[in-house]
Amino acid sequence: MKRYIAKRLLLLIPIMLGASMLSYSILYLAPGDPAELMLERQLQGVPTQEQIEAFKEEHGLNAPIPIQFANWLYRILHGDFGISLRTEKPVLTEYLNRFPASLVLFLMSQTLSIAIAIPLGIISAVKHNSEIDHLSRFVAMIGVSVPNFWLGLLLILFFAVYLGWLPAFGYGGFAHLILPALALGVSGCASIMRLMRASLLDVLNQDYIRTARAKGLCERAIIVKHALKNALIPVVTVIGLHIGHLISGMVIIETIFAWPGVGRFLVESIHARDFPVIQGFVLLIAMIFVFSNLIVDISYTYLDPRIRYE
Amino acid sequence: MTVLSIRGLKVYFSTEDGIVKAVNGVDLDIGENETLGLIGETGCGKTVLGLSILRLLSENTVVEGEILYRGMDLLKLSEEEMRKIRGKEIAMIFQNALTSMNPVLTVGTQVSEPFELHHGLRRRDALMKAIEMLKLVRISSPSERVKEYPHEFSGGMRQRAMIAMGLACEPSLIIADEPTTGLDVTIQAQVVELMKELTMRSRTSMLLITHDLGVAAELCDNIAVMYPGEIVEYANTVEIFKNPKHPYTQGFLDSLPGRGLKPMEGMSPSLINLPEGCKFHPRCPFALERCKREHPRMVEIGNNHQVRCFLYD
Amino acid sequence: MNDSIHQLKRDKMAMIGMMIIAILTFIAIFAPYLALYDPLEVNMADRLQMPNEKHPLGTDQLGRDLLSRLVYATHVSITAAALATFMIMTLGVTIGAIAGYFGGIVDQAIMRIVDVLLSFPSLILTIAIAGILGPSLIHLVIAMTATGWVGYSRIIRGSVLSIKEKEFIEGARALGFGNLYIITRHIIPNVISPVIVIATIDMGHIILSITGLSFLGLGAQPPTPEWGTMLNEGRPFMETAPHLMIFPGLMIMITVLAFNFLGDGLRDALDPRMREVMMK
Repeated sequence: MKRYIAKRLLLLIPIMLGASMLSYSILYLAPGDPAELMLERQLQGVPTQEQIEAFKEEHGLNAPIPIQFANWLYRILHGDFGISLRTEKPVLTEYLNRFPASLVLFLMSQTLSIAIAIPLGIISAVKHNSEIDHLSRFVAMIGVSVPNFWLGLLLILFFAVYLGWLPAFGYGGFAHLILPALALGVSGCASIMRLMRASLLDVLNQDYIRTARAKGLCERAIIVKHALKNALIPVVTVIGLHIGHLISGMVIIETIFAWPGVGRFLVESIHARDFPVIQGFVLLIAMIFVFSNLIVDISYTYLDPRIRYE
Repeated sequence: MTVLSIRGLKVYFSTEDGIVKAVNGVDLDIGENETLGLIGETGCGKTVLGLSILRLLSENTVVEGEILYRGMDLLKLSEEEMRKIRGKEIAMIFQNALTSMNPVLTVGTQVSEPFELHHGLRRRDALMKAIEMLKLVRISSPSERVKEYPHEFSGGMRQRAMIAMGLACEPSLIIADEPTTGLDVTIQAQVVELMKELTMRSRTSMLLITHDLGVAAELCDNIAVMYPGEIVEYANTVEIFKNPKHPYTQGFLDSLPGRGLKPMEGMSPSLINLPEGCKFHPRCPFALERCKREHPRMVEIGNNHQVRCFLYD
Repeated sequence: MNDSIHQLKRDKMAMIGMMIIAILTFIAIFAPYLALYDPLEVNMADRLQMPNEKHPLGTDQLGRDLLSRLVYATHVSITAAALATFMIMTLGVTIGAIAGYFGGIVDQAIMRIVDVLLSFPSLILTIAIAGILGPSLIHLVIAMTATGWVGYSRIIRGSVLSIKEKEFIEGARALGFGNLYIITRHIIPNVISPVIVIATIDMGHIILSITGLSFLGLGAQPPTPEWGTMLNEGRPFMETAPHLMIFPGLMIMITVLAFNFLGDGLRDALDPRMREVMMK
């Protein structure tokens, strides 16, 4: 197991190198000269040719691109993600300041959706083709189809504007967390529920469930002891895949709910064409995503003894 | 004294393609300490029959008739009463131990489960019992092996672990569904030998479901030959092999390697579209006009040998 | 395959989905003939009206007819989604076919790029690329194409690898046909059907991404009517004129729902072989 983790971590090196190359090269997608654009922002006006040259000289932008990239990477490895053009503070500091708010939202949303999805999926599968199954499947279908930004607005309209029960936006106590966590979690919750149901139904048709019945186990023990662990294996995969969706969703949800996290910061920076922040975000997210996938893969070994990572 | 007696058993279930008539009026008796072989080709309903005894078929299945276990009709029991029979009074050994054992639970957990369930043993004691059982089915270093998962076992060991699971609570009756299918010939012989020894020792009755006549000859006292949904011939093992009466049994025996390796003509009919009259008539070399219209009954031809064929009626 | 079509036809929900998609396509194509008003015509006197006889769904903050804007938005959103899907598919199939057919270093290089792209949550990368390119619907479609082809190329690569050793390909090669000819005439037609099915299943996601990013201001720009953009424009008036955000969102949901119904039906109807292809 330790060897597997070491191997996986080693494999991350080329991936992260590729990811940083990609993050770096995004800059060159910008129409026009990035140096000119950045300087334009800094000076709040059109820079002169001399100013551009000086800027390029200062930031090493005259060197060949591979050298520029190497310099950039060197700085990144030393924790220097550059300075935000908009706030004029180090990019990393800006992210670290906003990270806790995003993490809280992420965890709340993920916990909420798993806590709702798994039991509902189980009930739906155990009582399949019953009223409750039809109803929860229908709701789940709506859940995977509803745009989260619209759902967020509807939740604000209903619970904050009409009923006045919960705050519409902002960061504060637990009450502030409920609506954004819901809006963010619904689609993931719905797909986890759908998969949990399908997976458990599939498992309940397996030979080993019949064996368990033949031993005289009651339905409850069959589901809890024999079926659930097997059925959870594909569900864990999807929960892993959904981490990516959830991170993407946070960009939109944080914007709607004025949640002071990294997602809203990205959108603000995009509108301000704050390139170092965008680059840094892409790279940081890739790192988080890759590590969370690693954790998901490792958690398989606890569920499925057939998987031996050697 | 009969342990199990089946009377007029019919099992139907509907599928998208039509109603499957898997069992069409079967009568069978299994005596104390007897091993009865239920022989037939794949798809003749023998597995369904086995599963219907323990009521393990899906809910939309229609089961009619009587299944009397020591005089008690299993079909009339409540689900909870039935659970007390399963694994304790009547146990089942399935074919293909790889899919029939839970991949994410250790062998020890699976073998010890019946002890926890029916003898109320605590986990630890049940595990000790499981180790004993594994030793009994000759799995080496069982106290280590109980911690392993089914995929870490070889095919033969898995099948022996299945047998250990089935015999755990010393049931009065074991239903073994193709217990040796898919195993290597040498392993097959070992498993057969083991089953023979264990059933002898514990004086357990057994219903052995198989299409392998060699295995049946080795283990069974009596043999019932099944042809789509019904029993067509019944006799003791020696009699069946020496003196097969039903054209189907004769054909089946002739297809054996040691007896000419002559493949039987035609295909077994589908359980959805069973032929009128005698179900074997389309393939029967002796078919009479009568066979197409009338359904033959089971006739006693002496020596406790029964056959369902107009040639003897 | 016929079995699958037969099963699909019996799937009520899938058929409802198909019907909704047909209606939406019709609206998208004939938008100019269906709209009662010019979707861009500003009329400040009639601003922020609730639904009434003259304006069945009311008017927006500039007095533009909401229904007409929604009809045109159907055109914009569906066209953008279809274009994005088409481009993603084309790029994915091309790259996947090249990787699978040529193998060796070419394949290795492409697969490493794929690995890198898979290490990002794709929508984040799309947002970043669209943001850097500058906000516009076409840039959004380009950004989505740049990140979306990965899945398709993996499927196609796998299929091409398995098909390229088949006799008829060897035959074509022996007859002296060029690589391009073999790829386009023999290989792609043989592997395209699962791709089309996946594209249909994916369509719901594509629409959610396009409208979502437009909502963030990274797609269609005002005054262009587009569902996500309209939703964003209506947001400040949520309390007084909730219809401005309710109807565009409803349109998005209905469209995505329709594609998901159809997608579910397709998935159920597929034979196991195809399911296997998709699982990889």
